[in-house]
Amino acid sequence: MARKILVLGEVREGALRNVSFEAVAAAKKAAEGGEVVGVLFGESVSALGAEFIQYGADRVITVEDEKLKQYTSDGFSQALLAVVDQESPEGIIFGHTAQGKDLAPRIAAKLQSGLISDVTDLEEEGGNLVFTRPIYSGKAFEKKIVTDGVIFATIRPNNIAPLEKDEAKTGDVSAVSVEIKDLRQVIKEVVRKATEGVDLSEAKVIVAGGRGVKSEDGFEPLKELANVLGGAVGASRGACDADYCDYSLQIGQTGKVVTPDLYIACGISGAIQHLAGMSNSKVIVAINKDPEANIFKVADYGIVGDLFEVVPLLTEEFKQLLVNA
Amino acid sequence: MNIYVLMKRTFDTEEKITISGGKINEDGAEFIINPYDEYAIEEAIQVRDANDGEVTVVSVGTEEAEKQLRTALAMGADKAVLINTEDDVEEGDQFTTSKILAEFLKDKDADLIIGGNVAIDGGSGQVGPRVAELLNIPYITTITKLDIDGTNVTVVRDVEGDSEVIETSLPLLVTAQQGLNEPRYPSLPGIMKAKKKPLDELELDDLDLDEDDVEAKTKTIEIYLPPKKEAGKVLDGELADQVKELVSLLHNEAKVV
Repeated sequence: MARKILVLGEVREGALRNVSFEAVAAAKKAAEGGEVVGVLFGESVSALGAEFIQYGADRVITVEDEKLKQYTSDGFSQALLAVVDQESPEGIIFGHTAQGKDLAPRIAAKLQSGLISDVTDLEEEGGNLVFTRPIYSGKAFEKKIVTDGVIFATIRPNNIAPLEKDEAKTGDVSAVSVEIKDLRQVIKEVVRKATEGVDLSEAKVIVAGGRGVKSEDGFEPLKELANVLGGAVGASRGACDADYCDYSLQIGQTGKVVTPDLYIACGISGAIQHLAGMSNSKVIVAINKDPEANIFKVADYGIVGDLFEVVPLLTEEFKQLLVNA
Repeated sequence: MNIYVLMKRTFDTEEKITISGGKINEDGAEFIINPYDEYAIEEAIQVRDANDGEVTVVSVGTEEAEKQLRTALAMGADKAVLINTEDDVEEGDQFTTSKILAEFLKDKDADLIIGGNVAIDGGSGQVGPRVAELLNIPYITTITKLDIDGTNVTVVRDVEGDSEVIETSLPLLVTAQQGLNEPRYPSLPGIMKAKKKPLDELELDDLDLDEDDVEAKTKTIEIYLPPKKEAGKVLDGELADQVKELVSLLHNEAKVV
């Protein structure tokens, strides 16, 4: 059944986030030959429409307003509901990011629809769109379908591959005018704390430290390794509780659930709560002094040794590899 | 100040998950207050202590959630309400839960509603914002700081590691992120007092709802466990050689670098 699917693109620092291209790929699958309409909100975002189309959107709708410069649920929900009203889509998909998690439930409540959050895969099975999502922080998975109303899902970054960019593809980018009424939330200040550039939930490589890192300074070699690999630094609850790093880095059942291509666990014992947050990573490397550490049970590759010896050697070795590549 | 906390009973984080008869096996499992809801309860108590008022903890679930509600009362909440859906709802979803909660809350004149930002079992994080929308009040999710001055509110919201400082006003719904506070353990006198605090039980009838009003919009058709990971390869030999081998394996075999 051909369906019209809306995809809300997410703009960060003037560019579309990768998860938005992944959302287009998911929408393309869900549309089954129907139209995929990209939607962009911001102060001046129409220039990004062309790239959205090159990644698979058939056309793009923009709503430009000073009040949409920064995300607020009040501003974005007014804009999105206006677009939904105009387009009457059969489905809506966006990224399961801070913005998506905040906005999607509100839209679903307004539309009196279901919402399948944090989707890692979708397939057509017997006339139904079947969504796969982790539950119990990845200790189990469930398959869900929508039984009534609009098909609405948020997709987890890094799980659904984007379509190949087609530089020759063009399409219509049109502005819709929506009167954005007063916002009940005002963002006074944004304090940037996240590691330079690479967001944990979208990182392809994560270098994570546990209690074995021993101090705030102990994270330095991990940061160097992450830099060389273009990755992000994460941590176990143990490291956060011991004040070696900020809670925003925590990976686990409380904290972030991540699925990078490569997860390097340094000085992490592998408590069940931590494993829940990272064990679905594609490749796991464990570095730990204790050969009995639980983390080795989920690791693809392990080195028994002192992380302060192993990590710098690893950084050097990767540097050489990447220079020669 | 009239404060409500939305609480869910969940599996203990220590629990291994097993499946029997197509469902998550609950036999013998330990249950706890969803960890993010513990932050919500703690924050509610602190706000009440600073501003006067009353904290009511609400849970949608089965009779078994009484235990977690008593724990919340022992921490210091004043009242608890269990909306027991055991007889009416076979399989609900977030539409179901939020509709029930909003119906309960709509005439309560809540100044502040606090929930966890996500439950560690279902992991959808939908119920808070849905309830706020149904009540037509503003909400802020994943907060790490809450300051209330009269009806003016300043919160710090965690946005993927960055922090936003946001000004808004009561009535308001917020969802708690880790770092908001350090939840207290119930004290012995707290536990004794909790036994005498009111714990009301409601059913859908009491909210003028019937099963059709809250019928789920989505359905789970299968639950499964991820494939068990084979134990990996622990390298040996000289450390420098192990590191070389690891880099080569990641590059040539796993092809992730």
